[in-house]
Amino acid sequence: MRRFFLIAVPFVWLLVLFLVPFLIVLKISLSDAALARPPYTPHFEWAEGIWAFFSQLDFENFVFLTSDSLYWKAYLSSLQIAVISTFLTLLIGYPIAYGMARAPEEWRPTLMMLVILPFWTSFLIRVYAWMGILSKEGLLNQFLLWSGIINEPLVILNTNTAVYIGIVYTYLPFMILPIYAALDRMDGSLIEAAEDLGCSRLTAFWLVTVPLSRNGIIAGCFLVFIPAMGEFVIPSLLGGSRTLMIGKVLWEEFFSNRDWPVASAVAVVLLLILIVPIMLFQRNQQKQAEAEQ
Amino acid sequence: MMRLSWFNVVSLTFGFVFLYLPMIILVIYSFNKSKLVTVWAGFSTKWYGELLQNEAFLNAAWVTLKVAVISSTFATILGTMAAYVLVRSGRFFGRTLFSGMIYAPLVMPEVITGLSLLLLFIGIGMDRGVMTVVLAHTTFSMCYVSVVVSSRLFTFDQSLEEAALDLGCSPAQAFRLVTLPIIAPAVISGWLLAFTLSLDDLVIATFTTGPSATTLPIKIYSAVRLGVSPEINALSTLMIAVVTVGVILASLASKRNVAKMRQEEIAAVRAE
Repeated sequence: MRRFFLIAVPFVWLLVLFLVPFLIVLKISLSDAALARPPYTPHFEWAEGIWAFFSQLDFENFVFLTSDSLYWKAYLSSLQIAVISTFLTLLIGYPIAYGMARAPEEWRPTLMMLVILPFWTSFLIRVYAWMGILSKEGLLNQFLLWSGIINEPLVILNTNTAVYIGIVYTYLPFMILPIYAALDRMDGSLIEAAEDLGCSRLTAFWLVTVPLSRNGIIAGCFLVFIPAMGEFVIPSLLGGSRTLMIGKVLWEEFFSNRDWPVASAVAVVLLLILIVPIMLFQRNQQKQAEAEQ
Repeated sequence: MMRLSWFNVVSLTFGFVFLYLPMIILVIYSFNKSKLVTVWAGFSTKWYGELLQNEAFLNAAWVTLKVAVISSTFATILGTMAAYVLVRSGRFFGRTLFSGMIYAPLVMPEVITGLSLLLLFIGIGMDRGVMTVVLAHTTFSMCYVSVVVSSRLFTFDQSLEEAALDLGCSPAQAFRLVTLPIIAPAVISGWLLAFTLSLDDLVIATFTTGPSATTLPIKIYSAVRLGVSPEINALSTLMIAVVTVGVILASLASKRNVAKMRQEEIAAVRAE
């Protein structure tokens, strides 16, 4: 009885507040838009049985997504932005994690805390901090003009460059921590052995260190890529009107156009795109957990 | 021990400057006299004074705090239960679905979580306000809590619980007297995590709230969209200060705890 209660409470909670809402999104994505409030007309009744359910499904909204170039352009551009910024985060995060793992042991807890601390401070504030730096009269332009590197202020805020900077900046800790965890566990004598056997330091790094930190790299990349794909705050504050990202499109479809069925269809497709990387990430985590035991 | 090469030193320096410089600039410019945020016109604390008189911000801060305290407490209770079920309950009907529902919200894009919860609240005709935001925050943060707590449950020795049961404890007593004290640090960090997630959330709160409950991130977002303002810099500085002090205190406390436990272990070994 006690066991039943213990399982049932969180189970029912998640069913009602996670799974059911999701099914509602699926249902509304298959409905017609109407001006009534709520702005959708259910396209089928559950009571009519399975067959009626399937025969009445309406993929009109999904067809609409493929017919209007805005949507597939937004998916492609989100994908491009997420892939490029994941790569940039890896490029910047790896050397930092590597430096941390090679630092004297008594420094490491402090370095760790310095990486985690920004994670606890508000995401919104960290994105906002860049607005004052990247704007036309911002500090970066002031500095570059003052030092004579440029003669005219650069336009960075409200472009895709600013979005890349924002994503790299806010997700950097998610890349550093798993890579650092992998490098920290590595046996330093392996590098010494490789060097004794005639590897240069660079070859030893490529042939020993990088493969041994592979799981950390994979985990870090997924932890950046998955949220970056559905990101809303960064493109809306740092990006411009030409920055197309699917999170922003969904938001506008819902709050500005009030087209709930299309917003729901956008959400369903986004999730279908993310399901593969999410599954791969879970598998990677599971394999790692098994390897540790 | 390995020595740091110049490359390591450069990448560490660059990395930490990159992580901290934007926030340091933000803090410095919150003490700027000028309304223009990019021109330094001398030291002043007037923006903090104005902030304290801005009733809209104070109200939003109060709503946010209320939501965060209630939702993180519920999330901690539910998340700890879920972790216990996942680690200790063995097989039961729907276990795969259950663990899927625990892990899925962690990677679900916020826009989707927010949209789906809003459609649920509208579907069942619930008035949107503090209550709906609390429900939404509890749901996603209980998953984070359960991940933190279950990793602690995995590592501790189950025979301690069995010993308590053998010695005549009821299962409830064994949980309260043995399990809970051992997993307490994880439960506390789970609560803190849920609390900060709730304080920080903009997207899900925007979807699930009504006109009666504006949280601080929603307020900040609508102000920030119009551009940089020294008042927001002052507010950000206060939030950064609170978090920094909190994290440092928590890490000092956990360090002292570890040291105390080690001393007790040494004492126990000596006693034998």
